[in-house]
Amino acid sequence: MDARIGVVTFPGTLDDVDAARAVRLAGAYAVSLWHADAELHEVDAVILPGGFSYGDYLRAGAIASFAPVMRSVREAAQRGMPVLGICNGFQILCEAGLLPGALTRNAHLRFLCRDVWLRVENVDTAWTGSYRAEQEILIPLKSGDGRYVADQHTLAELERERRVVFRYRDPAPNGSAHDIAGIASPNGRVVGLMPHPEHAIESATGPSTDGLGVISSVLTTLLAA
Amino acid sequence: MARVSVDVMPKPEILDPQGQAVAGALPRLGFSGVREVRQGKRFELEVDDTVDDTVLHRIAATLLANPVIEDWRVTRLSDQP
Repeated sequence: MDARIGVVTFPGTLDDVDAARAVRLAGAYAVSLWHADAELHEVDAVILPGGFSYGDYLRAGAIASFAPVMRSVREAAQRGMPVLGICNGFQILCEAGLLPGALTRNAHLRFLCRDVWLRVENVDTAWTGSYRAEQEILIPLKSGDGRYVADQHTLAELERERRVVFRYRDPAPNGSAHDIAGIASPNGRVVGLMPHPEHAIESATGPSTDGLGVISSVLTTLLAA
Repeated sequence: MARVSVDVMPKPEILDPQGQAVAGALPRLGFSGVREVRQGKRFELEVDDTVDDTVLHRIAATLLANPVIEDWRVTRLSDQP
C-alpha cells in the first residue's frame, strides 16, 4: 500500500500544490489536509508547506500554529509521526513549539529568492536518510523571514545533538545563526527548513532534483517502521 | 472595563534590522544624534474586570509575543472606559 502523506493548507498557503506533486512524484499518495479540520485522515506523515498563512499577521506562522489541524499534528508528532515544515511550515513548527528557536526578518530586510547550496549535516533523521553524509544539494530559497535565531544554550544543544540538519554551504544570505537552514527535533522525526525541496524535484522547473530526496527519505523511514 | 497596553519589543540580543533601517534613514533626513532605534509593536486591549495581570501576561506570552525573541510590558492605561 502506498504511504499516505498529508499536506496541510492554511489560508494563505502557497506551496501545497507543489508539495503534493513532489509526494506523488516520489511514489506516495498525497492527502490534502485543511487547517480547520482536526482530522488527519490516516496519514503516515505530514508536510506543512510554504506560503504566508494568515498573511503573516502578528508573526510568521503564529496564527497558524493555533489552527485545529495543528493540535492533531502536535499529538501525532509526539507519538513519532514524521512532520516536515518547509519555509512558512518551519515558522509554524517553531511557533507551535515543536522545534526550538524562531525565524525572524532577514538581515538587510530583503526578501530573498534564489537557489542556494545546502549541506546535509545529519542523514539520520526521518526526512534525510536518502542523502549521503555531507552531501551538497541545490534548493531554492524564497523568504523574507528566514533568519533563524535561538539563544546560545539552544544553539549549543542543537550542535551537540547534531540537530542542525541543513546548513547553508556559503554564509547564510539571511543572517541565520550558525548558518542554519534546517533543524530537527531530538528524535529526528520533526524537521523544518527554510529552503524549498518541493521546488527542486524536476529538471524542467527546478535548479536540480535534489529536493526529491526529502520525500524518498520519509518513504524509506515509513517502510522500515 | 479597563484599557491595557501590551508593548512588545525584540529582546536586546536579537538583531533588529527594521530598527537599524530606521536609524540609518534619520541622518539622511537631517536628524542627528539618534544612536539606536529598536522597533517593536504595541497592542491596546479593552478587558473586563475579570482579566487580571496574570491573565494579561499569559495572553502576551501565548499569542501577542514570542518569548523566544521578544519581551513585553503590560500597562493599565485607565480603569475608566
